[in-house]
Amino acid sequence: MSGTPLASTREAAGQAVLELARAGRDIVAVSADTSKSMFTTYIRDEFPSRFVDTGIAEQNMMMVAAGAAASGKIAFAATYSVFTSMRCCEQLRTFAAYPRLNVNVIAGIGGFSAGIEGPTHMAVEDLGIMRCIAGMTVLAPADAEATRRAVTAAADIDGPVYIRVGRDPSPVLFDVSYVFDVGRPNLLRQGTDVTLVAAGLMLSEALAAAELLGKSGVSCDVIDLHTINPITHPEVVLDSVKKTGVVVTVEDHNIIGGVGTVVADIVAGHGTYLFHRIGLHNTFGETGTPAELTERYGLDAGSISSAVQDLLKRH
Amino acid sequence: MGLQDDRIHELENQARRVRADILKMTHDVGGAHKGHPGGALSAADVVTALYFHVMKVDPANPRDPDRDRFVLSKGHTCPVLYAALALRGYFDRSHYQKFRTVGGMLQGHPDMRKTPGVDMTAGSLGHGLAAGLGMAVAGRIDGKSYRTYVMLGDGECQEGLVWEAAMAAGHFRMASLTAIVDVNGLQSCFPVEETMKMDPLAAKWAAFGWNTVEIDGHDMAQILDSLAAAASTTDRPTVILARTVKGKGVSFMENNNEWHQKAPSDEEYRAALAELGLEGWT
Repeated sequence: MSGTPLASTREAAGQAVLELARAGRDIVAVSADTSKSMFTTYIRDEFPSRFVDTGIAEQNMMMVAAGAAASGKIAFAATYSVFTSMRCCEQLRTFAAYPRLNVNVIAGIGGFSAGIEGPTHMAVEDLGIMRCIAGMTVLAPADAEATRRAVTAAADIDGPVYIRVGRDPSPVLFDVSYVFDVGRPNLLRQGTDVTLVAAGLMLSEALAAAELLGKSGVSCDVIDLHTINPITHPEVVLDSVKKTGVVVTVEDHNIIGGVGTVVADIVAGHGTYLFHRIGLHNTFGETGTPAELTERYGLDAGSISSAVQDLLKRH
Repeated sequence: MGLQDDRIHELENQARRVRADILKMTHDVGGAHKGHPGGALSAADVVTALYFHVMKVDPANPRDPDRDRFVLSKGHTCPVLYAALALRGYFDRSHYQKFRTVGGMLQGHPDMRKTPGVDMTAGSLGHGLAAGLGMAVAGRIDGKSYRTYVMLGDGECQEGLVWEAAMAAGHFRMASLTAIVDVNGLQSCFPVEETMKMDPLAAKWAAFGWNTVEIDGHDMAQILDSLAAAASTTDRPTVILARTVKGKGVSFMENNNEWHQKAPSDEEYRAALAELGLEGWT
């Protein structure tokens, strides 16, 4: 993707939190010694009283956010997704989701974006874990603009929101005309033969795969599943799959619980389709750059394209 | 007898009524629903002092942003909180009949969305102090003077998150936050001392930057003095280590861990009310 403009989603999230504070929203941002990497330094520097660092203590970070939200604040807790989804799982489930508090999680270095740190720091289960918590809104924005929209939307959602963001600058896909309605998947590209569904940083690979497939005479619907939960407009996916008869999901996540499962839940009971899930098949992954991992686990545009071609041959 | 002595006497009588209501709700819903009378009875004097003397709260306006906050981190002992809230006028005592019962608003552990006056959902042990710290943080941002009180169990202090929150509150010099540890010496299965020794508890809290006060948690004068000392300490948070007796006020429940979770029978209920000097309490 040489020449494609790049922007960091985690930095966009930090900027968006700052913008909310500048707009006069009653924000508190909580960090667990990750303010530099999660860009909550922006709000810390401009609104120091609205920033709290609990040190390397993620559970306390999430509970301080919950307590502040119980006292009327719009709380943002920001650290790595592997911690927000697992070490803080109970805090989010019992003390943010159950009491329906405005606790918003910026979950950094999600999926393959954490690759060089290895599996200890690479959340490939987070969307699934969060999605099965009642009342938890789970968002996986695909680029910096989408991340800004997700953060802004989260402040107004009655209840907790989990926003998975990346690490390094990633391709800019959208401009200010991007439409981001929580719960409504985005049909970005229309075709007739295959429905490709992706979320987060894998959306750019799905879009590139659709380009490649187009050159081979295979036309694709591409759906941006920026909301993992709740899906308020399943018909966006269902209508596409009814049209094409073939659906392929792409995710840097275990195929259990994430995009593939969301799509399966949508189409189940609504007909017979060819269905293929690309992602991690019950494995933890390994250390490597995001590009290396994307290729190794078959999520790069070329691999997606080949997988679709193979699937259509069996069709 | 000065005014203060009269007030203390009133609060002691109020605490007896709170105890009677703890027994009433656990008795009335019966063995299928149970409830935790032991740890509720040990906490009754402190909770009474908070709701009937110390905390600035208005039952008619339970979400007042300027109110003092209370988090019952040892949430399983919620009968003491429900009794204090009902007797203080937050809701009618008739709700006791659906304690721990489907469709009722008095859940098995405190639920801030269902029960007026409950400031924070609680019950999974170890979480309340950190939540209280968040409430204190919110108050500091807003420049408000409200105070936040968190009650923990001594066994609960075995949870690691308690110490994450204690460390942060000490570091932030969060003087508006007061922790009260109900040191009744018994946890769910066995004595705290046998299970996982917590002493020297005061030294632990002091090491985390807290002002520490040790009292007899059933002596109303000491309770009021310690809470006043907490309010007048402006450079760090205060922890009150309240030495108590699990099951306090009912001889056959005192220091008897059978009453950790159990509903009194009709006979036991009558006998307990008699010991409280509240025969015929309804």
